[in-house]
Amino acid sequence: MHEETVYEALSNAHDDEGHWAFGTGFDEPLAGVDTTVPDGIDPADLGAYCLMLGDDALVLAQRLTQWITNAPELEEEVAIGNIGLDLLGQARLLLARAGSVGVLGRSRDLATDSIPDEDALAYFRDADEFRSTALVEAPNGDFARTMLRLLAAATVRLAVFARLRDSRDPVLAAIAAKGVKELTYHRDHAARWVLRLGDGTEESHRRAQDGVAAVWPLLADLFTATDVETRLAAAGVAVDPAGVRDEVRDVLTQVLQRATLSVPEWPAETGPRGRLGEHGPELTELLDTLQGLARQHPAATW
Amino acid sequence: MSAPTLERPAPDEAALLEQFDATLAADHRIEPRDWMPEGYRKTLIRQVAQHAHSEIIGMQPEGDWLLAAPSLRRKSVLLAKVQDEAGHGMYLYSAAETLGADRADLTDKLVEQKQKYSSIFNYPTLSYADVGVIGWLVDGAAICNQVPLCRSSYGPYARAMIRICKEESFHQRQGYELLMTMMRGTDEQRAMVQDAVDRWWWPTLMMFGPPDEHSPNTAQSMAWGIKRHTNDELRQKFVDMSVPQAEVLGVTFPDPELEFDPETGHYRFGKLDWEEFKRVVGGQGPMNAIRLARRRAARDDNAWVTEAATAYARKHEGAVA
Repeated sequence: MHEETVYEALSNAHDDEGHWAFGTGFDEPLAGVDTTVPDGIDPADLGAYCLMLGDDALVLAQRLTQWITNAPELEEEVAIGNIGLDLLGQARLLLARAGSVGVLGRSRDLATDSIPDEDALAYFRDADEFRSTALVEAPNGDFARTMLRLLAAATVRLAVFARLRDSRDPVLAAIAAKGVKELTYHRDHAARWVLRLGDGTEESHRRAQDGVAAVWPLLADLFTATDVETRLAAAGVAVDPAGVRDEVRDVLTQVLQRATLSVPEWPAETGPRGRLGEHGPELTELLDTLQGLARQHPAATW
Repeated sequence: MSAPTLERPAPDEAALLEQFDATLAADHRIEPRDWMPEGYRKTLIRQVAQHAHSEIIGMQPEGDWLLAAPSLRRKSVLLAKVQDEAGHGMYLYSAAETLGADRADLTDKLVEQKQKYSSIFNYPTLSYADVGVIGWLVDGAAICNQVPLCRSSYGPYARAMIRICKEESFHQRQGYELLMTMMRGTDEQRAMVQDAVDRWWWPTLMMFGPPDEHSPNTAQSMAWGIKRHTNDELRQKFVDMSVPQAEVLGVTFPDPELEFDPETGHYRFGKLDWEEFKRVVGGQGPMNAIRLARRRAARDDNAWVTEAATAYARKHEGAVA
């Protein structure tokens, strides 16, 4: 690069060429997409379902971001950054999809009109309106627990997204098709760490086994469909989570066994909780940080 | 006791030095396998490591806003930027490794305060406008410092700098774009931007280092082709570039002496507080202890992870995890 060109680029702050080392542009997630809802699909159900998937991604991205500047290696800073960016991208698409079908809950009472739907939903809903699950909400713990949670969350989400590629909602199907590639990498990244930690040193094995013990109970509310999911699954739009349970159990069992970790008993199912808006204090705390600044300046544009 | 060596006559150092000087004189690059004077190697390791450390410590001030970024787009942009900085740190540590340094050892030196990083990262980020001002001014100053290094006489460093400068100039424009957006927002937002500019302007000017008459290593580094312009030249270039950008943005710099001098074609500016510079470089800045403590904790609290990865690799040598 010629020296003068870079200085010129500096002075010309308005053109938006250039690029990130990692990742791409970040503007309007659904720009140019036909968001018409196909016949026979209830928009309220579709929006509610998008919130479930979108909130999981947003909350997990926030958890992973807590590792940035604290990760074990620079390579891991970059990897966690990538995964966080992928999940944020999924969250933005899904929340924008929910907004496009008019599902905004109480968020619009607080957010001004200039705030896009994705941000109204992310920043101006209270915890009881969130549809994320305990698996993504739980605090990170150490690096072993973080990777075990990521392994479980990515495995569940990949199984769901793989099926959603055939959804009758073309927007959801497209989001899923893009997400499958990303989630395959997330699951692989987490699985490699679980192998290294489980079969590494005595300490890492112990920590990984503790991580399993902390994460397994969080699987209890994931595999029973809510009424929304049941209706949408019947309409060919959503995935019935009960249908992915065996696949998830097989994958997790395989990874744990290869990592020389013992596989605990599958937790007894509790029925949906987070999907119905029931959350522990961890989510409220997480949202306080995430939403604080945006709520302090509801008329601001960023 | 000397290790068994290939039977080869000891090369004549004078001849090697002559060849090295000729390479520099022709403006060609020195590559890792080339002979180089020990002083050149040591100075470069210090320079590249200090730059790498700055990228990694530089993740923290903005990283502090990652969890609270006020829109999902801004959160993504900021996460990508902080991630780029980790990437830059990686390229730079690799460049230092081609000179015989070791990344873990350099990290230890950083944490033990035996090597420095840019003093700018010892200031706190008090509002979200700071994220924009760091992009605009701090990254802008960094690019002014770094663009000439794309012509560094040391090949691996020069090549790393080309890539880093491209990405940094994108960060700079992103920062400026955030500030433009905030200036179009509410009165409170405009006040946040001006306040951030007021706090960062002088520390940013200090990023170019002490005035030329107090920069003892400049002459040697310029002779070696690892520094291309003096500190004061670069500082002036930065001021000249920034004033028109501030006008477009609608903010002022906190310097009553800032004024265009039609005779020189440059902006005159006030005196920098070099006592503050010395204090901050010497470890007494507002955030020095916090920045280093976090870097130390990332190393120490996760040492078991690295040990596990090493143990696993030993057990499964040749196997792909």
